[in-house]
Amino acid sequence: MKSRDSSGPDTAQDVNRSGTPSHQFSPDELDARLREVFGNFTGEGTELMPVLQSVQAALGYLPLDALCRVAEFTRIPPSTVYGVVTFYSQFYLQPQGKYKIKVCQGTACHVRGGKAIMNAVSRKLGISPGETTDDLKFSLERVACFGSCALAPVMVVNDRVYGRMNPDKAIRTIEGLQ
Amino acid sequence: MNFSETKERALDRWSSFDTPRRTRVLLGAGTCGRAAGASDLASLISSAVDLKRFQADLYHVGCLGLCYAEPLVEVTHRGGPSILYGGISPEKADSFIDDCILRDKLRPDLAVAVMGDEALESILPFHKVPMLEGQVRITLRNCGRIDPTDIDHYIARGGYSALAKALQMTRADVINEVKSSGLRGRGGAGFPTGLKWEFCSKAPSSEKYLICNADEGDPGAFMDRSVLESDPHSVLEGMCIAAYAVGASRGFIYVRAEYPLAIERLRIGIRKMHEYGLLGDDILGSGFCFDITIQEGAGAFVCGEETALMASLEGRRGMPRTRPPFPAERGLFGKPTNINNVETLATVPEIIARGSQWYSQFGTEKSKGTKTFALAGKILRTGLIEVPLGTTLHKIVFGIGGGIPNAKRFKAVQTGGPSGGCLPAQYLDSPVDYETLAQAGSIMGSGGMIVMDEDTCIVDIARYFTEFTKEESCGQCAPCRLGTTQMLQILTDISAGRGRPGDIDLLQEVAESVKLASLCGLGQTAPNPVLTSIRYFRDEIDAHITRRRCPAHVCSQLLIYRIDPEKCTGCTACARVCPTGAAHGEPKQPHVIDKEKCIACGACAEKCRFDAIIVE
Repeated sequence: MKSRDSSGPDTAQDVNRSGTPSHQFSPDELDARLREVFGNFTGEGTELMPVLQSVQAALGYLPLDALCRVAEFTRIPPSTVYGVVTFYSQFYLQPQGKYKIKVCQGTACHVRGGKAIMNAVSRKLGISPGETTDDLKFSLERVACFGSCALAPVMVVNDRVYGRMNPDKAIRTIEGLQ
Repeated sequence: MNFSETKERALDRWSSFDTPRRTRVLLGAGTCGRAAGASDLASLISSAVDLKRFQADLYHVGCLGLCYAEPLVEVTHRGGPSILYGGISPEKADSFIDDCILRDKLRPDLAVAVMGDEALESILPFHKVPMLEGQVRITLRNCGRIDPTDIDHYIARGGYSALAKALQMTRADVINEVKSSGLRGRGGAGFPTGLKWEFCSKAPSSEKYLICNADEGDPGAFMDRSVLESDPHSVLEGMCIAAYAVGASRGFIYVRAEYPLAIERLRIGIRKMHEYGLLGDDILGSGFCFDITIQEGAGAFVCGEETALMASLEGRRGMPRTRPPFPAERGLFGKPTNINNVETLATVPEIIARGSQWYSQFGTEKSKGTKTFALAGKILRTGLIEVPLGTTLHKIVFGIGGGIPNAKRFKAVQTGGPSGGCLPAQYLDSPVDYETLAQAGSIMGSGGMIVMDEDTCIVDIARYFTEFTKEESCGQCAPCRLGTTQMLQILTDISAGRGRPGDIDLLQEVAESVKLASLCGLGQTAPNPVLTSIRYFRDEIDAHITRRRCPAHVCSQLLIYRIDPEKCTGCTACARVCPTGAAHGEPKQPHVIDKEKCIACGACAEKCRFDAIIVE
């Protein structure tokens, strides 16, 4: 289940304009953070995936400016870098919420009511899977499987796994974060 | 330090762990355990122990596979037996810590088993626990028994002795041992492992690679996660042996990013191996050089396909290519590459240590050894199991798994994830092996087994898997890209009451074309869930089309919700939970559901305490 950022660059800029300042990087700041990340790599093209993952870990998402810098660093055409980023569901072109809510839609979760949890969470936050709330507090994502099937249905907030969920428990968990 | 000295020191450390001089607490803290509340339990235990200035050691261990009983805690007091307690919910935690940890009181009501061969009062010995009966734990030999971050625990229990042994053997002898064990690839396709190694070892090149495929993407499968979290060194040792056999100098583990704990445990493991001289230059003084790099995936199911995985490792879009050339001739960076799955590699050390004859005593003629399965879905005892191949589905579902909860009827068991199929009751007595499952139209797959009861709709399941493969199709070949989209469209229509006569035949025709014409394994197997559904559950699909009914009451657009005025007490619970305001009425008066507004979400039926919601 991919929640791809199909919306592309325009939306990213829109969100940046209206988003909170913490997700905007001044050219100097961006430069400093990228230099730090690049310092751990040699710049060979085969490092592209780990470089992108480290940049995303440092910035929270992959702004277009950063992608261009990655392209320079790895000597890979920007179009190819963009192609790689959009292929994988876990690269984000837009800022992500402070809390990433991932509702598992794996087989075991599906037969045990994962869809009802997704619907409840989606209604509660007022966003669809793949979207982020305007205040950049919550992002909602569908994930195919966390491998915690024995405790299905499962919901994950950032890296914490919540097992044996039901719509009520999921809502209460989210309320606890607010 | 040579290996025998290393092992001696490890045995010393193990013996003080195994027969503790003060209270020892082992907490099952794999991802499953954590999801069930193990992290909170750990802090409760630590603070209680600190507060009372009690002398105890708390270890985080991996998964015993008894996921239904999580969180699991094993307690040993000095000189006493080790008791495994389960289901320690937050409500029970305080009294459990008080009785079983701070004091040496036995709590048979919370106990799952006593670790050992003898029963203790009413508590069963571990191997007699219903879920363990019939299991043979080879791949899972250390899971839940050792501290996965402590390499000495692994070494003390025989770890790395197989590597030391292999390094004394010729490469050809190592390959022959694996060949005669009959081990087949546990990732799903079941290709003989030894033969794969032989192809790669014979490929002429001064540079070769070894890859461990830990991109366990099948929804419903968690065997590899559990092994990586609970016993990472078994996989790392298997990689070293495989690399030696094929002549590879560099190894990669491609792990999916959804498994952060597994990645952390592998990182610790690799660092320790370097410290112990088990990785790097001149391993154990044999002259063999090998190193391992971890590569995190980024969320693409198709990267579990070996050529796509290699493309991803090279930093490209993870798109498969046609074979031949096979990876053994031209793989990663154009060099001969051997690629095996986690479970396969974790089994290799035991085969080398104990010999191929020992391993091949388990299993059937063509499917040797044991296989792990992840039991989930509508089953009483969910968890991770390992059984000899050839064990019947009945034994797995009803014996080990304890059958279907809530007195519901068994409907099907889904094997092989999105590449497999749903097998109905008539296959319960069939042995689980590669050939039988293939004849039934499914596949062994990586080992996910999702049990379905009468409340599971076969159209919904086929639609679910088709939606999954459609989303995950990389899109480069038309049969897969367009075929899965078409199959999904037809199935969506059927589940929404828009099915037309002839849809089943059309679905079958599309499915067979996708199977024949797709480029890689994803597309070639994507139609399996659809084809098995047609083969075994045609009547149920037909009911959706001709009678516009979903017999399992799942397809929401075919359901009508109404309220039984006799049973309704007017408690207003349904009206309060209804998201669209369809359920309404005066307090203490029977409520009604407005058909126009109802979206059939089922929230009212879930809330109603009087069984007054009727679903038709």
